[in-house]
Amino acid sequence: MTLAPDHKPTFANLSLTDRLGKAMPVILVPILIVLGFVAIGAPSSWLTLTVSGLAMGMMIFIMASGLTLVFGLMDVINFGHGAFISVGAFVGVSVLIALGDWTGAASLLLNMAAILLAVVAAMAVTGALGWGFERVIVKPVYGAHLKQILVTVGGLIVIEQLIYVIWGPDEIFINRPEMLKGAVTFAGAAMEKYRLLAVGIGLVLFIAMRMVLRRTKIGLIVRAGVENGPMVEALGYRLRIVFVGVFIAGSALAGLGGVMWGLYQEVITAGMGEEMMVLVFIVAIIGGLGSVEGAFIGALLVGLLQNYVAFLEPKLALVSNIALMTTILMWRPQGMLPVVKAK
Amino acid sequence: MIVKLLSGDQPRSVLLTLLLLVTLVCLAGAPFLFDGVRALDTAARICIFIVLAASYDLLLGYGGIVSFAHTMFFGLGAYGVALASSHMGRGFDALLVGSVSGTVAAIILALLIGLFSLRVRAIFFAMITLAVASALAVLVSQFSGLTGGEDGLTYKIPRALTSANRMGEFMGTQISGKILNYYLVFTAALILFLLLLRIVNSPFGRVLQAIRENDFRAEAIGYRVIWYRTMATCLSAAVAALAGSLFAIWLRYVGPDTTLSFEIMLDILLMVVIGGMGTMYGAVIGATLFILAQTYLQNLMGSASEATSALPLVPDLLNPDRWLMWLGVLFILSVYFFPTGIVGRLRERRAS
Repeated sequence: MTLAPDHKPTFANLSLTDRLGKAMPVILVPILIVLGFVAIGAPSSWLTLTVSGLAMGMMIFIMASGLTLVFGLMDVINFGHGAFISVGAFVGVSVLIALGDWTGAASLLLNMAAILLAVVAAMAVTGALGWGFERVIVKPVYGAHLKQILVTVGGLIVIEQLIYVIWGPDEIFINRPEMLKGAVTFAGAAMEKYRLLAVGIGLVLFIAMRMVLRRTKIGLIVRAGVENGPMVEALGYRLRIVFVGVFIAGSALAGLGGVMWGLYQEVITAGMGEEMMVLVFIVAIIGGLGSVEGAFIGALLVGLLQNYVAFLEPKLALVSNIALMTTILMWRPQGMLPVVKAK
Repeated sequence: MIVKLLSGDQPRSVLLTLLLLVTLVCLAGAPFLFDGVRALDTAARICIFIVLAASYDLLLGYGGIVSFAHTMFFGLGAYGVALASSHMGRGFDALLVGSVSGTVAAIILALLIGLFSLRVRAIFFAMITLAVASALAVLVSQFSGLTGGEDGLTYKIPRALTSANRMGEFMGTQISGKILNYYLVFTAALILFLLLLRIVNSPFGRVLQAIRENDFRAEAIGYRVIWYRTMATCLSAAVAALAGSLFAIWLRYVGPDTTLSFEIMLDILLMVVIGGMGTMYGAVIGATLFILAQTYLQNLMGSASEATSALPLVPDLLNPDRWLMWLGVLFILSVYFFPTGIVGRLRERRAS
């Protein structure tokens, strides 16, 4: 038996441009922040805007992550996702209003407990709703994009109208809990406490989600399912159950995003989910459908850009996102970090 | 002659033919057959929405592409007429300039969106159109100096088309400019509809259907799928913009709620799906039924809501404002249980 020939392959190093190209999506966020600084000029307002942009980005990410994973895993595009955002906001805000004593008290512990309860209630309701939605609305139309879009839009309308039936047609105003009102001042810049909290929650969630996806077995199955579903099924995993789980988790996250967004805006309407859907879609598209990391970067870009532009030229805020999407699609037609092969 | 007018695409069902004939006769004779301003207004709306739904059907039913920007194109046509009329003064030239510029704007925008999103994956198109359409709606309400914002624009159309223009009596009905205006809408709608029928039965339409069934195979045969899809988008955008212009001429008012809102988009979707996707006649049946239901059924819901006011929750569900919810339910059910719509059902019955 001969030994394997002594063979030490040397791999060609990636050129700088190649490596830059790979890392580009990640670098885009700091670039945008620096550009924002140059355009705005005043450090204090820049800091305020950056924090609020990051907060907004984190919240959009929370809403978008479920949508993009669901698409990646099962090739299902859920136009009804926005309804979960609204439902989450209404349930959460109702709980907060019911716990008025706790939110009104000047105790951080009670405030946090109230928020926690609201979030848990919202996530439970939207998770359950997501489960029902998957069974009734989505399940019969697997594999047919056209029908999926139509049926989930129908679901969106019905849920939105049910919100009107249950909570009435008026918008609901909500005060933030006592300890989250106001702002902290740092280096001359006022940063709302709530936004800092939102950034924190978003970061923790992103890291947790990444850990689950990268380090656990269930994460491995999900990622493998996104990559090549039939193969995972051939290995004996019931992808269908995994998918339902992801759908429920995604809906619950949309509910969480809804509560956070409601507290951010301090007013909720039944149509808010529909409005957020636009941003969520933009984020999912520029991130690359199916990619959680892409959605994270995309959400930060959208949040930051929207805040900077709203400061510089208020009327162009929403259009700036369309421009961002167009630019990124010209650069990478599949989105920044595409996961799902074109189907 | 008639077969030629219909581009060889006959209704292929006795009942459907009858329904279409009744619709045509009622619409053609609306000013004389029905009394009152409301009936005429309903008839004009039906004409306009038939064109709008038919143009959407070109995209959805024949191209298999879901777009949420159809109201945007509709709105561009409407705002074109409104802006031209309020800046150039009343006159037919303003109407013409407005319609043409609105249509051109719609085509350019459709071309851009199509080239961008259809290049990659058809599913992007649905999401991107939703984003672009909502951005435009926000822009319209923000640039209120130009567009009147949420209040919209009111403007004057040529005197010959208003009720101030009296032209004598015919068959016991006072002929006014309003009736002339109605016939302008009716004729334009009829021509546009026949044109759409021509388009879907042309070789272009056949290729579009082939792409809908299997885009990969169509590409392999040698058709440039993107080009056909983009063309279909532009065509339907142009017709939608013209329908918008007609709407603006008829209403003498445009506003975000009547032309750009997401609700109108849902209405169009529903008309096409209920009538039957992929059959131009479906748009006629769908739009007619829908507008009739919208105009007259909502009253019924109101009285039902009052009648059940003693019960809990039921009156809220039957409230006329919740009309959209029942549409949503109907929409889901019709996608599941009869995806071919009314026209498809009628044709099936004949086949079996």
